Amino acid sequence: MSRTSLPLPSDRKKIIRQNTGDVTDKHSRTRRSVLWRWANTLGPLFGLALVTGLFALSEELRPIFFTGGNAKLILTQTVIVAIGALGMTLVIVGGGIDLSAGSVVALTSVVAASLLVQSVPPVLVFFLTVLTGALIGLINGSVITLLRMMPFIVTLGMMGIARGSAKWLGNNQTVNPEANGLNRIMEPENPLELFPLPTGVWIAVFLAIVTMMVMRHTVFGRYVFAIGSNEDTARLCGIPVQRQKILIYTLAGMFFGIAGVMQYSRLTQGDPTVAIGLELEIIAAVVIGGASLNGGSGSIMGTMIGALIMAVLKSGSSQMNWPTYMQEIIIGVVIILAVALDRFRQSKMDR
Amino acid sequence: MVLSSLSDSGVATDPSVPRLRMARVAKSFGATQALRGVTLEVAPGEVHTLIGENGAGKSTLMKILSGAYRADEGTIELDGEPFVPRGPLHARDSGIAMIYQELNLVPDLTVEENIMLGEEPRRWGVIQIQKLRSRARAALDQLEHAEVGLSTPVYQLGIAEQQLVEIARALIRQPRVLIMDEPTSSLTQVDVERLFLVIERLKAQGVSVIYISHFLEECQRVCDRYTVLRDGASVGSGELASASLDQIIRLMVGREMKAIYPRIEHALGEPVLSCRDLRGRNKPKSVSLTLRRGEIYGIAGLVGAGRTETLRTCFGLDAVRGGVIEVGQEVRTRTTPRERLRQGVGLLSENRKEEGLLLNQSIADNLTLTRFEPFSRGGFISRSRQVAVTQEWIEKLGVRTAGPGQLIGELSGGNQQKVAIGRLLHHDASVLLFDEPTRGIDVGSKAQVYRLIGELAAEGKAILFVSSYLPELLGVCDTIGVMCRGVLQEARPVSEWNEPDILAVAVGQEENH
Repeated sequence: MSRTSLPLPSDRKKIIRQNTGDVTDKHSRTRRSVLWRWANTLGPLFGLALVTGLFALSEELRPIFFTGGNAKLILTQTVIVAIGALGMTLVIVGGGIDLSAGSVVALTSVVAASLLVQSVPPVLVFFLTVLTGALIGLINGSVITLLRMMPFIVTLGMMGIARGSAKWLGNNQTVNPEANGLNRIMEPENPLELFPLPTGVWIAVFLAIVTMMVMRHTVFGRYVFAIGSNEDTARLCGIPVQRQKILIYTLAGMFFGIAGVMQYSRLTQGDPTVAIGLELEIIAAVVIGGASLNGGSGSIMGTMIGALIMAVLKSGSSQMNWPTYMQEIIIGVVIILAVALDRFRQSKMDR
Repeated sequence: MVLSSLSDSGVATDPSVPRLRMARVAKSFGATQALRGVTLEVAPGEVHTLIGENGAGKSTLMKILSGAYRADEGTIELDGEPFVPRGPLHARDSGIAMIYQELNLVPDLTVEENIMLGEEPRRWGVIQIQKLRSRARAALDQLEHAEVGLSTPVYQLGIAEQQLVEIARALIRQPRVLIMDEPTSSLTQVDVERLFLVIERLKAQGVSVIYISHFLEECQRVCDRYTVLRDGASVGSGELASASLDQIIRLMVGREMKAIYPRIEHALGEPVLSCRDLRGRNKPKSVSLTLRRGEIYGIAGLVGAGRTETLRTCFGLDAVRGGVIEVGQEVRTRTTPRERLRQGVGLLSENRKEEGLLLNQSIADNLTLTRFEPFSRGGFISRSRQVAVTQEWIEKLGVRTAGPGQLIGELSGGNQQKVAIGRLLHHDASVLLFDEPTRGIDVGSKAQVYRLIGELAAEGKAILFVSSYLPELLGVCDTIGVMCRGVLQEARPVSEWNEPDILAVAVGQEENH
């Protein structure tokens, strides 16, 4: 009998504690909570400053690290993770997870390349590629909601399916189309200056702003938070939970499709073996940005900063000539630290 | 087996020494005095029933005995020796076994593994299967239910058989006192009879049983003596054979109605919600009612009678298996919460924290979640107007908070409840299904909720009010219906009810005799 099954008295105890606490320290608690909520937004930004500041300590790195050209490089390298992380933020805030992100990026990049090989106009290629991503998301979302399966399992399966399909479509090789408009999205025109930034960076910024508005200021955005926070409550409040969840995964797939176009553009070829493990990098960005894997919390701003933190870490460590295994260890530590801080903050708030 | 092992270990079986004696036990949680001097005496081999309304302190008392809580005052003696439970493990090792209302078995393990869970005979860390099996078998044999297969996974068993496994598990530890909390609430009549036989056998083996049940006539059949708790104090005990049900009910109720129930004049209008012979998946079994505009309709009944399920079925959260639901002029029986909300029906969940509210979201989002329309256009929400609307409700309802942006999990229970009710008001629902609206909130907030309910009725809203606390139903409602075992028994104007009558219907007294 390890579990007590009479919830009432312990419940009551908690409530009583709340009630008595309410009178005496309500005010200070409120102030504290406002402070912590600020920490929520500022935390990742502080992390970014910290990481950048650490690299600034190195005398030899400073002159090459703090240049317009390097900033452009970092921003360009962030684009794929950042766009993928926009979709992943939707999914994670909505209480789910999508492990197929990396494979979908690879598949859609091959789709883009294959269509270009067929001389489909680049603009149409862009739309069809994004549509492919959306379609995969639609399948993910439908299976998860209609068959009531765990998102982890379904998207794990889709991870294999998409990867396999990419290899199939590319005949197990890279697909190399002729030079075309899509190739230029991620192209740094003047590698030594910050501006002009590649179109891809502007697309990522634009998408981030739109997604931020959607999350904050639309009914759909509030529903995502509600579903991730407590699905039972969402149902009680008349939110069409299934439809919304399918929509969430479809939108996420769409973002992965856009990331796939970026991936193609960066390599100017469709490579079915690219972006392995990208989904974990994307999830890491979302989590470093302050989202909880339990759902119901997270922000686009946080996620974007999370993605930047990882890019800065990578760029900095490679310019310090640290071996890649060192980068991996550092990023691992940062993920754990970020979430540990988040836990700490939550436990403060629960008190 | 139990008997022999008891005498082996040298425990006195002298019937003049009570097996258990709890004296002047008191316990408070913060400012709330849950127990204020309870005395309970149980003889060896006696089946003793603990009777009291919800919240009278039965669970707290049993949790003290089984070591989950520590008493503030009072003494406990086991077989004449002082006993201070240091924790659940210590209580268990001292011979106190508890069988909870909801069973605590591991569904994927077999019957024998469940019975022996945590007590596996082992050598060098390896479980000795043969020994485990024979001891599990012995325990089941003791209950004379050898037909339960030892190697069957528990999830394949019915509720009654699972309960047997649970009892067998308790017997392994050779209990001196076995506590059964509402053991029959989910059993069929046949299984109840079989359980009574098991209790008789335990009794013959010298085990003392503390039997908690809302069904008084059951207690009369299976128990020897009773103790009645009311508001945390023991108010009477004696032989069940020489007590009438009426006497016991009077002991249970015995309090004055307090004047915290404002009467606000309101007139009844046309029917807005009616159910005819409504049936759900398991409960309700049959509910017929008509709720009028401006009416406060209370549903009384015991825990597990199917009141919550009735509300949920009406709201489209639980499946409908039969009958008809009519909202306004619209007959729509099978539907979704979304559709009900569109029809102007709102449900206040009994479970505020688990279901009712989004604890880690703001007050503004919680309050306006069902209706963003007043401050949104084309799917875009004006956050400033949302905050303004929320602020208005906060003031109207007297929610104590730092502001609309505060997370709702940070509020006290009473203030959370005001926001949950505020959501229905913001939605402008005209039919309100309130499930235990005053559960877990302080007295001051309760009075505010009663006043609010009265005002809503005066505005012409119709309220279906489920509560386990009879005084509030009698104080607030126009009409009260009583549910028993899934059936809404009868509804009368509140003036024709009193507490003993409601309890009598709720415990199924009239039904069974």
